[in-house]
Amino acid sequence: MQTKRMTFPGHWLPYALLAPQVIITLIFFIWPAGQAMYQSLLREDAFGLRSTFVGLENFARLFRDGAYLNSLSVTAVFAIGTTLLSMSVALLLASTVNRMIRSRSTYTTLLVWPYAIAPAIAGVLWWFIFHPSIGVIPYVLNVVGYDWNHRTSGADAMMLVVFAAAWKQISYNFLFFLAGLQSIPQSLIEAAAIDGASPIKRFWTIVFPLLTPTTFFLMVVNVVYAMFDTFGIIHATTEGGPSQATNTLVYKVYSDGFVGLNLGSSAAQSVILMAIVVALTVVQFRFIERRVNY
Amino acid sequence: MVENRPWANFFAHLMLIGGVALVVFPVYIAIVASTQAPGDLLRGSLPMLPGSHGWENYKAMWSTGLSRAGAPPAGHMLWNSFVMAMAITIGKLSISLLSAFAIVYFRFRFRMFFFWLIFITLMLPVEVRIIPTYQVVADLSMLNSFAGLSIPLIASATATFLFRQFFMTVPEEMLEAARVDGAGPLKFFKDILMPLSITNIAALFVIMFIYGWNQYLWPLLITTDPDYYTIVMGIQRMTSEENPQWHLIMAAVVLAALPPVLVILFMQRLFVKGLTETEK
Repeated sequence: MQTKRMTFPGHWLPYALLAPQVIITLIFFIWPAGQAMYQSLLREDAFGLRSTFVGLENFARLFRDGAYLNSLSVTAVFAIGTTLLSMSVALLLASTVNRMIRSRSTYTTLLVWPYAIAPAIAGVLWWFIFHPSIGVIPYVLNVVGYDWNHRTSGADAMMLVVFAAAWKQISYNFLFFLAGLQSIPQSLIEAAAIDGASPIKRFWTIVFPLLTPTTFFLMVVNVVYAMFDTFGIIHATTEGGPSQATNTLVYKVYSDGFVGLNLGSSAAQSVILMAIVVALTVVQFRFIERRVNY
Repeated sequence: MVENRPWANFFAHLMLIGGVALVVFPVYIAIVASTQAPGDLLRGSLPMLPGSHGWENYKAMWSTGLSRAGAPPAGHMLWNSFVMAMAITIGKLSISLLSAFAIVYFRFRFRMFFFWLIFITLMLPVEVRIIPTYQVVADLSMLNSFAGLSIPLIASATATFLFRQFFMTVPEEMLEAARVDGAGPLKFFKDILMPLSITNIAALFVIMFIYGWNQYLWPLLITTDPDYYTIVMGIQRMTSEENPQWHLIMAAVVLAALPPVLVILFMQRLFVKGLTETEK
């Protein structure tokens, strides 16, 4: 990695400048991560007095545990649902806004602000409008004959958290899709129009393929968001229920470790999550190095 | 736009208005609910227009809160959120500026090692190391304090990389001229690099402030004393009560969402710059 051609001489100064960042990283990142790895190999007795080394037993148990396997599939459904819903709405809105000339910035302003809303707040907002007894939407659904109840129906609860998570993420995806659309050369689209291609055909044969890099990038970011940044949505609304239907991996680490005090198992789950983050980060960085790949 | 189709334009506007309505809808409902009298929400059909009890609801939430649910007044929680968000933002920006300066403008042993050490933090969000981080903070007796709320969150690989990227684009001649004039490293940093980075700092400030304000899991873990509750996590305490007072909770929701939304609306250009640059 390069520096400037000319640098400052300094024996202790660079270390002093790096010290705050490095000390915080070591104390609050590296050490706890090491602890999680170490604890994942131990099992504590019921009173938390003694711990014995059990090797990979905690991991083996997790993969035999129906609740954990359920949590894996819940997380997959949640992440895929959130990503698809949020990205398709955002792409639709971005490509429509991109047609506009005078009203573009007004619509952009009106669409970006939900980024500022905390996941937990988004969760409470959607929880309230879907509230089975006082919410607006169950009232309407009731008229068409659907009995919405996210307290008893796992599918309803999953839809609720997907809506809340996707709603908050639309603004982010919208901004990146709009930037991607604006970097597509207008001449390509004009040439296709002269050849008689309809707007829909132009979108699928020219615009969408040229957006591939943006789409891939957003897919990774959205999956990371859905897996790791949505703890607040789950905790403030369904708390993993009903009967584990929305118990995502991150929520399960919290409830097993912090509420259930099963430290060995929670640590093993943390280690698995770390592996997932590392994998996703590698995918993201490999991809960004070859940002333009068509 | 390539061809002129009035009908297509009409439908495009219609769709965008629908999209905006979809995005605004939950917040509109929250505002409506926060202006109703206590009993109005429980009648089974939510009114669609704002009521006349807004002032008293917001006043009650601001100064008394829902003490029965163990939540302090919203005014106090907003202040806590503000202090935490500012501490996180300023902390992240200052330590990242310093480390990027060290990495770009000095050659020293273990430079690459430190760079990768900072990089690793990208892969270790709080969510994957909940319990051990809690233990560290408890051992340092930083539970229930602003130091505990902010310091563990201020390491930032993203900001360090962004500033490193930016410092690399600063012309070499700047440094040469400064050194010819006899400026030391700290003077160069303060009088030349900082003024040049001001737009980047402002853009990151917007993003980091929103990040700090919206923290949820971390305050939830380390605050048990209501004096340190932040507004975003305090709302959860109110909803988990037996009979939630929705008209007051929605007032708190609006109050909690307002500051970061205003930041985005008034600093939209900086926000977009910060967002697109931190993700590259």
